Amino acid sequence: MAVRRPRRRPGSKAGVVTREPEEPREVTWRRLRRMFGARATRANVLATVLTLALGFAIATQIQQNQEGGLATLRQDELVRVLDDVTQRSSRLDAQVRELEVQRNALQSGADRAKAATEQAQERLDSLAILAGTVKATGPGIRVTIADSSGAVRASALLDVLQELRDAGAEVVQFGTVRIVAGSYFTDAGTSITADGQSLSRPYVILAIGDPQTLASAMNIPGGIVDSMKRLGASASVDQLSTVTIDALHTPKTPRYAQPVPEPTVAPTGG
Amino acid sequence: MIPAIGLFVGVVLGLLLHPSVPLWLQPYLPIAVIAALDAVFGGVRAVLDGIFVDKVFVVSFLSNVLVAAFIVFLGDQLGVGSQLSTGVVVVLGIRIFSNVAAIRRHLFKA
Repeated sequence: MAVRRPRRRPGSKAGVVTREPEEPREVTWRRLRRMFGARATRANVLATVLTLALGFAIATQIQQNQEGGLATLRQDELVRVLDDVTQRSSRLDAQVRELEVQRNALQSGADRAKAATEQAQERLDSLAILAGTVKATGPGIRVTIADSSGAVRASALLDVLQELRDAGAEVVQFGTVRIVAGSYFTDAGTSITADGQSLSRPYVILAIGDPQTLASAMNIPGGIVDSMKRLGASASVDQLSTVTIDALHTPKTPRYAQPVPEPTVAPTGG
Repeated sequence: MIPAIGLFVGVVLGLLLHPSVPLWLQPYLPIAVIAALDAVFGGVRAVLDGIFVDKVFVVSFLSNVLVAAFIVFLGDQLGVGSQLSTGVVVVLGIRIFSNVAAIRRHLFKA
């Protein structure tokens, strides 16, 4: 602090400079002007250094303050800010965990749905093949029955179908008729109808299954080929690596049969 | 006059160099600046009173800065740093006002 101390002036008597209450104004200005005159004493240089440092500090502090941010805050304020940030962060953490759980649930749900869809698709494929609503391809045989005399009756063709099914034929086509679970053969005069469609001679029968097994089932002694020969017709069997069955069956909605609802909980023994 | 030029040069330097305040100095710099300003105004008043002494100015400047910084430091250690800083600023502000009032009376007789 600027302690005003009695000042010893050269050329004047030592002692306290008493200030008259009514100094003329010129005195003050003269003093100021005199101070403007540079006196390069060591103390003056030191004072200059100090004021220079002060100016530097003022500019620095102002800039620092204008930059703002956390640097100018005091410890307790910083603690409060830190508390806020910590709370916010824990809140966000909880939110992240929640969303992660949700995401996992959705993901596993999607996986389950996908697996269910695949399963359903497989089931649909096998059922569609069974029901004859889709075309099918695979290895199999072709049986050609040439019957110029008309000796082959519906029951003979039914025997052929039975034999093929016995040998593991999965899909069978008689002429242009897809054979399904409800297929039937009837005699209509000299011709034979399957599912109401008349079959043209020679009867061409396509079957998908193991070609070897099917062919041997046809060819065994007393089998289809033999019995056809006995009837006066001739049957030939070709094993094919690819049989394409393109005839389709239109399923009818059952009028009378209703599925029995399955119990959702298996009954326990007691 | 030279110190006044020094003040101006210091401000310009600070604006140009744009230094960053080191962390340990940050609580003390504003208070030190206020204390130094008080010393400067006291010095100006002493000049007008005709009792200015360079050495006194230097010593008062340094002691002002050091005492102010020490008070803030002590306040921080005691846990009342912000309150004590406010107190120091109030005291120094009052002193600056009274010094400026004396200067004004000298220069303008009012």
